[in-house]
Parts: sequence; structure tokens; C-alpha cells
Amino acid sequence: MSGLRILVPVKRVIDYAIKPRVNKAGTAVETNGVKHSMNPFDELSIEQAVRLREAKVPVEDILVFSAGPTKSQETIRTAMAMGADRGIHVVEEKIELEPLGVAKLLKQVVEKENRNLVILGKQSIDDDAGQTGQMLAGLLGWPQATQASKVTIEGEQCTVTREVDGGVETLKAKLPMIITTDLRLNEPRYASLPNIMKAKKKPLEKKTLADYDVDVSKRMKTVKVIEPPPRQGGGKVDDVDGMISKLKELGAI
Amino acid sequence: MRGIYHSFANLVVRVGQRNIGLQRQAWRPFPITASLQPTRRHAHGQATEYLQMSDPDLTESQRTVREAISKICSKYPDEYWMELDNAGKFSLDLHADLARDGWLGICLPQKYGGSELGISEATVMMQTISESGGGMTAASSVHMNIFGLEPIVKFATEEQKERWLVPVIQGKERSCFGVTEPNTGLDTLKLQSTATRDGDHYILKGQKIWTSTAQTAEKILILVRTTPLDKVEKPTHGLSLFYTDLDRSAVQVTEILKMGRASVDSNSLFFDGWKVPAEDLIGEEGNGFKMIMQGMNAERVLVGAEALGLGFAALRRAAIYAKERVVFGRQIGKNQGIQHPLAESWMKLEAARLMLYQAARLYDEGYAAGEFANAGKYLAAEAAFEAAERAVMVHGGMGYAKEYHVERYCREAMLPRLAPVSREMIFNYIGERVLGLPRSY
Repeated sequence: MSGLRILVPVKRVIDYAIKPRVNKAGTAVETNGVKHSMNPFDELSIEQAVRLREAKVPVEDILVFSAGPTKSQETIRTAMAMGADRGIHVVEEKIELEPLGVAKLLKQVVEKENRNLVILGKQSIDDDAGQTGQMLAGLLGWPQATQASKVTIEGEQCTVTREVDGGVETLKAKLPMIITTDLRLNEPRYASLPNIMKAKKKPLEKKTLADYDVDVSKRMKTVKVIEPPPRQGGGKVDDVDGMISKLKELGAI
Repeated sequence: MRGIYHSFANLVVRVGQRNIGLQRQAWRPFPITASLQPTRRHAHGQATEYLQMSDPDLTESQRTVREAISKICSKYPDEYWMELDNAGKFSLDLHADLARDGWLGICLPQKYGGSELGISEATVMMQTISESGGGMTAASSVHMNIFGLEPIVKFATEEQKERWLVPVIQGKERSCFGVTEPNTGLDTLKLQSTATRDGDHYILKGQKIWTSTAQTAEKILILVRTTPLDKVEKPTHGLSLFYTDLDRSAVQVTEILKMGRASVDSNSLFFDGWKVPAEDLIGEEGNGFKMIMQGMNAERVLVGAEALGLGFAALRRAAIYAKERVVFGRQIGKNQGIQHPLAESWMKLEAARLMLYQAARLYDEGYAAGEFANAGKYLAAEAAFEAAERAVMVHGGMGYAKEYHVERYCREAMLPRLAPVSREMIFNYIGERVLGLPRSY
């Protein structure tokens, strides 16, 4: 084996610290003039790829990929500043890509770029769909380990620990494979200034959807987007008996 | 994946919603199609947003700096700075974080581990550090190391640069600055501290004041007289610049208690018989004044940027509070008496920001840019103080309480009005250099 050829897809999303607002038309979350940054789960993926290299696992190259508006290039540059070697950006200003469309796109990237490991965030924090990694594994017919909390790779053998209800599950699989990352996997680094400067010189290839033979047509229609109803204040009870009778009244016990 | 900002349908709704869009469409001879008309975007973010990222006039590298520094600073909330201020305790946490990621070398040569970016980027960096809520406290904990060493970059030997710049960029050594003396302020040429050559050494004697971080800094950049004023050919000659160990066995460092920024010490220094190696002299003996003037304009821009950040931080708190606080059954921000001064403060801060960014850009392009640097510092400091004062007033009695942070901003906002150059000297400069009027002092 010549080494790991890692693909890390990243997505530019509304910053996690921003409280999302519904747009006036009630069709989507307002993105105009709102701070964006890299999906936090994708930061974990990049960090993991870089850490594999730092742990002397033979890594041939780390390719970062994003599809979306021109501004996504900032996200790709951030990933390269963290340690990815090069980037591909499919510039798409109009079409909203759904997880299946993205998975199909990624499948082609994997094949064209001869990848043998894809590390994805387990979900993006805007849609919270949590589907892309699994769909990609299905399309490629590769083994998958989702929501990884620990990843070790020795030769062709990947060992992935994932936290599941009631304990910790350890999966073993051979390359090529798909890994999706969970919050406990690592703590992503801040890009250092020299690395940010170096990242500006790393190759970033710009492509369009037409360069890939992919059906990205929408399969879902968003009917309406509304804010969750404001929380109602709770009532006060005088004592334990009061609480019990209240719970009974509500049918909770 | 949200591949796009606005779908076509979205755009139509958007244009229709906005009055401007409707009016313009009404008188155009043919309808604007979505492909011809890009979505109109807001030019600025909300002033209530923490370190908003929407200033479209930022260059790509400025934006990179803003974003990366924001991330680091978000680890240090207002409460962190308040506790340091209350305790008067100096902290190197932020300094260490910035050093680890290479930020201290933002303006320094790549050869020694720096990144060789311009003052334009350093300006955004210092503004962002201050704007995070850290104010002058946070900014001053790194300020000297960002641009103070410019005389070394310009005039020191290769050996000296290697010896001095590398540890500063790595954060292993910190430097402080000794120019001002108790009896000599802006009239730098009248400095009274002396250095006398004695074999391989110089013996320094005298005093300095307002040396920040001297309680802990390892190094000092110090300007002293090597030829008495009555023996020099030109009044600008005879001063010499040293960069040397701040030897506390020879220098008595006394902290000055002050109005704001309690956690970053300011000091007076007394020394008599301080032996400084001759190899710590920068450039030629007697040429120190010329060297120290190098980078003064850049420093003004940076101090202006720090003030600016403080002003925006104050405005952010004021606007948020004015929206939340309800008195007589209505938000106080609904009152024009509250709303309009804050709106005016935003305008003043933005105007100062543009002036400062222009000064920085001109400096990076090789202009002396003294008028813009001085004017930018003046405008930013005044706008910031006004914004901070208004922020206190908007908070009412709460503004006087430390837990609302604005009183800390207000105290700190006095600092950039006084240093590194007074408002009056800036007026003098503009009067003489730009207006061509006779010197008034």
C-alpha cells in the first residue's frame, strides 16, 4: 500500500454561535449577512486527517472538497491552513444540494482522485441530516464507521471506536472506508498564522457541476420554515403533594 | 448541503420585500431578471453581533486575520478580563495562545519566524483583540511585541536580529519600551538619561516612566543620550537605542497605579550604573532618534485600532442593553434620546475605522502617512471614548457596576486619548504639516 489518500469534504454553514432566524418569506433560515464558518464536525475531520499524518501513519495526501458558492473557498482555505494539502471547489451558486446529490458527487471525486479513505463530519449543523457519509458508503460499497470517537490505522486495518447507547463499540475494517466524526474524537486546532499564509499558496482547483456526471436534482421540497414556539413559563407548586397531583393532572404519572 | 445562498425563488421574494427593489423596478423600462441583478447584500453586519465579519471592504488577508483572531479571542470572554482587571493581575494566557499560532510575528520578517504581513493586517488583529471585550488590557499584553521592534528589523545586524526577533516571535521573550521620562514627554530630544561607554559596555544612568509590562518583560528597547545635547551637531543626534536584558538587579521597577488597564502594569524605572553590553546597541551610536521615529506612525495606527475595537465593544453592549431593558413598559432603545447617540457613535467609529485602514494601507504602500495615522488615532480614540461613555449612560446605574463591563471600557478608553501622542500634538502636527501654519509651540 502506498499510503492514505484522504478525502475530507467540508461545508460552509452559519456559525455555530449564531442564533438562526427564519427569513421573512418563511422559506428558509436567513443566511444573508450572517456570519458563516466551517461546519464544526468537518473541523474534526480535517483535524483527524492531519493527526493521522502527525502520528506517522503514511498519508500520501489530504484533499479537501466543498461544493457551494464562491465563499466556500474560504472554508477550503481554512482546512488547508489546518493541514490539508490541496482543495477542490465545485462552484455552485444556485442549486441547493441535498445529501444524496452530495454523496453522488463525492463518489465521483473519490473515483477520479483515487481516494481510499473519506473522513466526513457526521452531520452538518445547518440541516442536521446526518446522511451523506452513509449514502456515500452505500454508493461506493465501502465499509463505514460512523460517529467515530477514536480512529487508529495500521496498514490496511482501520480500528474505529464509536460511542453508542449503553457503551462503546469498536469496529474494524479494511481500507478503503468511510469514517464520520463525532465531537469527542479530537479538539480541532486553530490554524497558525504561518500555516494560513502557506495555505494561500496551496492548490485549489475550481470546478463546476458540469465537470461531474451527477444528477443533483432536488428530491425534497421545503414547504415551510417556522420558528419554534416560544417557551411557556412553568407553574409553581407549593409542596411535593402539589407536584404529584399536578403531574397526575397532566397525565405524566 | 446548502449549496447556495439564495435560490431563484428566494431572490424574487427578497427583491419584492425591499422598498428600494420595488421602487427601482417600477421605473426601469424592462424588468430585471435574476441573472442580471445580483442579490443586494448588506454592506455591514449588525453592531450587536460579537466580532461581526461582514465588513466588505476588508481585504482577503484582513478577513483571514479577523476570523482567526476572533476564534482565539472567543476563548477569553469579558468576565475573564474583568477578573484580571479587578485583581490587577497580569496574564500571559492570550499572549501564549497568540505566540503559539505565530501571531506575534505578523509584521516581522519570515526569516526569523514571522509572516511579513502589513500594518493593514496588524490593524485588524489589534482591533479584533480589543473588540473581543479584552480592550486595552488584552491589546497591551501583546502590543509592544507586534510592532515595537521595527527599529530592530530596520537597523539591527543579522546577528542581533537572529538573537532578538526569534525568541520574541516564539513568545519566549517579551519586550518593553523605555523612552518617556518623568521630566521629558513629547519633547523626546530633551531626554536626560545617559549612557557612557566603558570598554565593552555602556553604563546607563537615569529614569524612564510609563514603561508597560516591565514587571515581567525580559527585554527592553531603551533610548538614552550618549552625547550631551550641547555637544551635538544637530539636535536630533546624540541619542542611542539599545535592546537589552531588563536587569532588575540594576533597574528599580516601580508600578504606577492608574485609572484603567490595572492588570497590565505601567512602571517607572530608575537606574544608576546599569551595565549594558555594547553589542546590545542598535545601529550607530547617536542615531537612536531617527530609529525610534521609524514606525511611530504605524504604532499610532495600531493604538487607534485598539481604541476602535474598544468603541465597537462598548457600542455592542450598549445596543444590546438598550434593546433588552424595559422601563415604563417599553424598551429604552425605543427612545430617540438613547437610540440616536448610539447611531451617531456607530457613524463616528466607522469613519475612524476607514481613516485608520487608509493610514495602514498607505503605510504598507510606502507612504509616510503621518497625517492619516495621527488623525485616525485621534478620531478613533475620541469616538471610542464617546461610545464607551454613552454605553455607561445607556446602562444607567447598571453601567456603573463592573459586571456590565462598560465602566471598564470607559476607563480604558481614556488611554488611547493620551498615548502614544496627545490630542494637542496631533492638532499641532496637522496644523503645521497639512495646513502649513506656523509652529505653535
